Amino acid sequence: MVEFEPKILAFCCNWCSYRGADLAGISRIKYPPNVRIIRVMCSGRVEPEFVVKALSSGADGVLVLGCHIGDCHYIYGNHRTAKRMAILQRLLGYLGIEPSRLRLEWVSAAEGSRFSKIVTEFTSEIKRLGPNPLKNITLQNPTILRDEKR
Amino acid sequence: MAKLKLALYWAASCGGCDIATLAIGEKILKLAEAADIVFWPVAMDFKYSDVEKIPDKSIDACLFNGAIQNSEGEHIAQLLRAKSKILIAYGSCSYEGCIPGLANFFNRQMIFDRVYIETQSTDNPEKVYPQSKVLVPEGELEIPDFYDTVKTLAQTVDVDYFVPGCPPEEKTTWLALETLIEGKLPPKGAVISHSVKAVCDECPRIKKEKKVKKFYRPYEIIPDPEICLLEQGLLCYGPATRGGCGAPCPQANMPCTGCYGPVEGVVDQGAHFLTALASVIDSDDPTEIQRIINDIVDPAGTFYRYSLPDSLLRRARIK
Repeated sequence: MVEFEPKILAFCCNWCSYRGADLAGISRIKYPPNVRIIRVMCSGRVEPEFVVKALSSGADGVLVLGCHIGDCHYIYGNHRTAKRMAILQRLLGYLGIEPSRLRLEWVSAAEGSRFSKIVTEFTSEIKRLGPNPLKNITLQNPTILRDEKR
Repeated sequence: MAKLKLALYWAASCGGCDIATLAIGEKILKLAEAADIVFWPVAMDFKYSDVEKIPDKSIDACLFNGAIQNSEGEHIAQLLRAKSKILIAYGSCSYEGCIPGLANFFNRQMIFDRVYIETQSTDNPEKVYPQSKVLVPEGELEIPDFYDTVKTLAQTVDVDYFVPGCPPEEKTTWLALETLIEGKLPPKGAVISHSVKAVCDECPRIKKEKKVKKFYRPYEIIPDPEICLLEQGLLCYGPATRGGCGAPCPQANMPCTGCYGPVEGVVDQGAHFLTALASVIDSDDPTEIQRIINDIVDPAGTFYRYSLPDSLLRRARIK
């Protein structure tokens, strides 16, 4: 049997985490290829709606990576992210989705190895959890998806 | 000009929307001048077979309230779609699922267990559940199938317009009826309301910087009548809710609960409110943030009180 390869979405902030990911690449640090990175200007831009949309579209896990507290380019953007993701994790539990499918971490521009470590850990955690339960539902029953036009 | 033919129907709803249509007061006389009601089960005696007999597209407009929770609702939704030129999802239930939509936190079996076995007033030692078909000496009886998942009207059939509210305010109802009577129809898919902005825009309370250390439920505090309710720690849904209602709840010292649905351009009202709510928490200490969050009783039911079936996830996954 082929091993389950999760699809993981990572939102990286432009000023720290995306550069951290860049550094991991430049330094030839290995990390699993399961992660797809989306660059955002600030982790504070990541609305909970984005995470829910990712999960409902079949992502197995969502990483939100921002600057360390105190380092935010926009001073308090990541403070807000911290609060939003905390409530969102609690909410996901009520909706029958494992809260650990969402993880918030801080990665600075100098932490290429930390980026690789987080992605590696998170990928193995998602492999342990298995595929996103929403994925099969959306594939078998496309009508369950909301009409995007509205 | 020939009179408009109007139909009204209720599916999974409480009946409040039918009362709300009457709340337009003396304007009902103007409505009677302009329109004939051809189908309105809650007020007059009609048979489904009468509706089946009329030609397709012969009803000018249908105000459909209620979510779709069983096969009867779905059947009539399809029937009225075929017979009506304009189908309007009237009220939060048909627009977003509303209170009946909270059933999507459970499934059919869990709901049946609760209603027919567990409730304190129920005496059902043989564990009899309702069956959609049952054989009695007189023949086979049939009742509608109860669905696992509540659907909105737009998830069931094609819908032309949406009227928000639980129930819609009198002025919103009249705006919709006036639009129909005068024939000034907005583009298809429009939500008919006086405002595209949030409830906060209409709320007269004084709004300053929002910093909250503790969230309260309405019975726990007596709020200041002048200051923003969210600033006082009440979960006021105003920032994430479409206006047009005139903010009657905050003016009566009750926080907005979000019945007018998401503001223009937002899909998932619950997640959107979460965004606004998290920003007002006045703490940077993770343990304190966790403590403040834990004060929120039933976050899922609060955030998705009116919109679970219409949200991105549509229902809770049951293991």
